[in-house]
Amino acid sequence: MNKSLYDYLILLGDSPLILGHRLSELCGHGPNLETDIALSNIALDLFGQVRNWYQYAAEVHGEGKTEDDIAFLRYEHEYRNVVLTEQPNKDFAWVIARQFYFDAWHFSLLSQLTESRDERISAIAAKSIKEVTYHRRFSSEWVKRLGDGTEESHIRMQNAIAHFAMYKGELFEETNVEKEMFASGTGADFKVLKTQFDSFTNEVLNDAGLEIPQIDWTQRGGKQGVHSEHLGYILTDLQYMQRAYPGMQW
Amino acid sequence: MKKEWPVWEVFIRSRSGLDHRHAGSVHAADAKMALENARDVYTRRQEGVSIWVVPSASITASDPEEGGELFEPAKDKVYRHPTFYDLPDELTHM
Repeated sequence: MNKSLYDYLILLGDSPLILGHRLSELCGHGPNLETDIALSNIALDLFGQVRNWYQYAAEVHGEGKTEDDIAFLRYEHEYRNVVLTEQPNKDFAWVIARQFYFDAWHFSLLSQLTESRDERISAIAAKSIKEVTYHRRFSSEWVKRLGDGTEESHIRMQNAIAHFAMYKGELFEETNVEKEMFASGTGADFKVLKTQFDSFTNEVLNDAGLEIPQIDWTQRGGKQGVHSEHLGYILTDLQYMQRAYPGMQW
Repeated sequence: MKKEWPVWEVFIRSRSGLDHRHAGSVHAADAKMALENARDVYTRRQEGVSIWVVPSASITASDPEEGGELFEPAKDKVYRHPTFYDLPDELTHM
């Protein structure tokens, strides 16, 4: 098995899986019908992308491994999602701020991966980028509306943007496998990732009349399998069916 | 105090060449949001290739009470239907 490629695909799939799960928790609980459906749509888009990454990972792994094994039957320390994605839904501004940082990063990552030397990766990225273009539009529109809305919405949006700023540094910390993938023409250039992320988020935050948080440290660990306490609870939910009824399907 | 966003009527064109058809309504603060909400609510199953949104308040509706004078007179004028023409087979959207 090509272990580096497998590890890389897990890195690509885990963040959208966990964020998608967080968004799915809002199904039926959104602020109104329209936004509820919009967030569920985004969750489903992300799960579709995750399936593509895990199917490829399962093939690379071999030995009969399936996408479901990868999604449902790993332990907490084996998940490689960034800790940003496991943070809970507190209020709508939180949901939007988390999504906004994620989408800005995800968009830049996938646009680079459309040029990947690995044809399967470039094909998955090309399919996903249309969805993520819409996600980024959705979340940044909401950042502007809430930032530039009422006094109350401005305060909440500003607080959420400031809160999640401590999670964004991890998005740009390059693991060994990501360095290796970039060197071989398969992965993304993290310098470009950071530059594109900063320029996009700064522009939106300026338009929204929000202060750009100045922060010189970051929460980290997810990409090494060291998670915040929230992931354990997520996995309890996410894995329940497969743990209780091994191999079940519907 | 609860303030609802205004209501917008949504029209979807399912394929090129067809008309936009009324699909339903959404709540939205402005036209841009109405378009996005309509996309999220009404085109999830490939229902459309184009969306129109119109503020519901801009629609002037006929009064159901006036149904008699508005619509009844057409009832017995069957000769206004083009049923006396032979249509070519290629004409599919009449």
